[in-house]
Amino acid sequence: MSKPVIATTSLAGCFGCHMSILDIDERILQLIELVEFNKSPVDDIKTFTKPVDIGIIEGGCCNSENVEVLRSFRKNCKILISLGECAIMGGLPALRNGIPVEECLHEAYIGGPTVQLNKEHILPNDDELPMLLDRVYPCHEVVKIDYFLPGCPPRADLIWDALVALITGDPMKLPYEVVKFD
Amino acid sequence: MEQIVLSIIRKYGSDANRLMDMLIDLQEQFGYISRQAVALLAHNLGLSQVDVEQTITFYHFLSTKPRGKYAIYLNNSAVAYMFGRQAIKEAFEKEVGIAFGQVTDDGLIGLFDTACIGMNDQEPAAIINNKVFTRLTPYRVKEIVRHMRQGLSLDELVNESYGDGKNQHPQLKAMVSSNIRRKGMILSDLYSMGKVTKEILPGMSPEAVIAEIKHSHIRGRGGAGFPTGFKWEFCRRAKGAKHYVVCNADEGEPGTFKDRVILTEKPELVFEGMAIAGYAIGGDEGILYLRYEYRYMKNYLESVLQHMRDEKLLGSNIAGIEGFNFDIRIQFGAGAYVCGEESALLESLEGKRGEPRDKPPFPVEKGYLGQPTIINNVETFATAVRIIENGGEWFTQFGTEDSTGTKILSISGDCMFPGVYEVNWGFNVEDMLDMVGAYDVQAVQVGGPSGTLIGPAEFHRTLGYSDLSTGGSMIIFGKQRNLLKDVVLNFMEFFIDESCGSCSTCRNMPQVMRNKLLKILKGKGVTSDLADLQNWGKVLHASRCGLGQTAANPIVSSLKNFRHLYEDLLQKDVEFDQGFDLETSVQGSCKYVGRIPKFHNH
Repeated sequence: MSKPVIATTSLAGCFGCHMSILDIDERILQLIELVEFNKSPVDDIKTFTKPVDIGIIEGGCCNSENVEVLRSFRKNCKILISLGECAIMGGLPALRNGIPVEECLHEAYIGGPTVQLNKEHILPNDDELPMLLDRVYPCHEVVKIDYFLPGCPPRADLIWDALVALITGDPMKLPYEVVKFD
Repeated sequence: MEQIVLSIIRKYGSDANRLMDMLIDLQEQFGYISRQAVALLAHNLGLSQVDVEQTITFYHFLSTKPRGKYAIYLNNSAVAYMFGRQAIKEAFEKEVGIAFGQVTDDGLIGLFDTACIGMNDQEPAAIINNKVFTRLTPYRVKEIVRHMRQGLSLDELVNESYGDGKNQHPQLKAMVSSNIRRKGMILSDLYSMGKVTKEILPGMSPEAVIAEIKHSHIRGRGGAGFPTGFKWEFCRRAKGAKHYVVCNADEGEPGTFKDRVILTEKPELVFEGMAIAGYAIGGDEGILYLRYEYRYMKNYLESVLQHMRDEKLLGSNIAGIEGFNFDIRIQFGAGAYVCGEESALLESLEGKRGEPRDKPPFPVEKGYLGQPTIINNVETFATAVRIIENGGEWFTQFGTEDSTGTKILSISGDCMFPGVYEVNWGFNVEDMLDMVGAYDVQAVQVGGPSGTLIGPAEFHRTLGYSDLSTGGSMIIFGKQRNLLKDVVLNFMEFFIDESCGSCSTCRNMPQVMRNKLLKILKGKGVTSDLADLQNWGKVLHASRCGLGQTAANPIVSSLKNFRHLYEDLLQKDVEFDQGFDLETSVQGSCKYVGRIPKFHNH
């Protein structure tokens, strides 16, 4: 049997969850024995080159690019995991959700107390830029997500245990202290 | 302005526990509560300004911004919509020239939505400066607005005949109708004020009163059904400097209006019941907690209390019984459904936000001001008088074994004769529908939004604590109604509005479930949504009070009994759809920055 293939991405997140993936320390060598990485910041592969078994998503969706990447993950991965608070709930970026997006843009580019250089009140509207969504969406509100690993960030052991459980098919250990939200 | 605020503070003895009274007086006098008034209240009551503000902002009828010389509160209950509320709303908006939630620039008229005002049998109805206007029509709306602009007084706006019965009392003069359709022991004309207190009570010890109530097996009429006799006994035994009797007349459950009718037609019965309870538990102070929607009864009820004092049924050494002192005051709420929950009611009585307390301790041990307190429904006190008059044994012949006595039902919706019906417990739904002239019935909401929605397959069920428990609200929906859109959605919006926000479950989950219901109504639903709704509803059991625990009931019970209505709306052969639409969700930001949305990859 060929090794399971893994892909990861960070959408509207801080890369903290990816840092936590790296926190499995020397076990990453063990992981490389067990799995093969495809599209991921870990190996810097930019596009999917083959069908993937497990997709790991950090961060929610705050713009159109996030949505497109997430949809491409859904298309190319058999199993999708929402990793961490932002992917599961929107996290810190979702603090803007109670405020209309127009007000957010106004504060960031025109009205905010630290906006001094933008005298012409230029708003980012280049076609190359992703388009902002009306609010930040958790991943499962955009595509189907199969598993959720909570934490901010989820600790390395939790990620490790989850991956091992998925690959070996063994039940996952979820002690109480792991399932917490702060 | 300062002088007025100070005189109001003095009127209530500079007692911070009477903050609600002060705020209500200020709101009525000025149409809002200014920052200056807040500062004065805080300074003179030893509170922080935030304490005062959080009480103000908790209640629907209190406001920190002007609400207009005429503040119009139009009821938005499901039944109001069924009887033409939308047309009335549009007529008001057209005539006044503003949208709901706004006040005219000249400060004359404000338009506001409000939850069920207890007039489901005479909708559409609105409250204007504490007067209730029932059976509104677009013509009446035009006339009312015209009269307001002409500067007519509120009494002059009421150019229709008054309602039936005591609604014509000179102190009441209300357009409201009592619509009593069936009388039993409570609404009976046989009651004569003071007979029990003067003739029977002197021969009974407080313990004997409690024993008689226990023997009757009466259970609380507010809906929860706790045995009244035990409650009184626990309270009597509890140690405290003072014992209190509180009558819960918050009647906020949409579709309930029987307490309004009892208090209109038989207020003496309720007050006498409170005095008897005071005798039983050893308390000398009674408080009627009356919902603000019934503010129009204030003068009338106070005149009744005065009359009872004159008749020596309230006051000192009542009925010649040495040491039997009891008097009653009326405390108004200010618009909050959750205050019908007894511990939230106590918080409100103490001038605070109506957030439920942690239990235990229960109110019988630590209630109003930390003292032993009984809180009973209006109907329970009224019934207690008849029990003492005729004996607990007599009472058990009515109703069923586990639900003794009678129950006053508030019946509204699609039927010939909406109104108040007093029936024996054990009545079944089928008979009830025949009694009120309801034909082609699709569903009945038993017990209001927090209760159950049942269909014809369950109309054989009976009303009682062991089967269909109800505080009295019965809303009938005919075949022509869209249950999910017109009823379930309305009920969910109600719970979302009325959550006190204390528990995260109740603050959030009803919104999440409402959004899912909206998604299904938009045709974006999939099969797994139904399982989600069912499972997520369970989360609400973790809430602190009954509001949160039952807030999912509109969806959960309609899903159980009318699952086909949901299934008919689901997408076929689609396994997953969250209803997310990229095109719509980028519209706002693209428009603001001035770019045309472009999409690729799909």
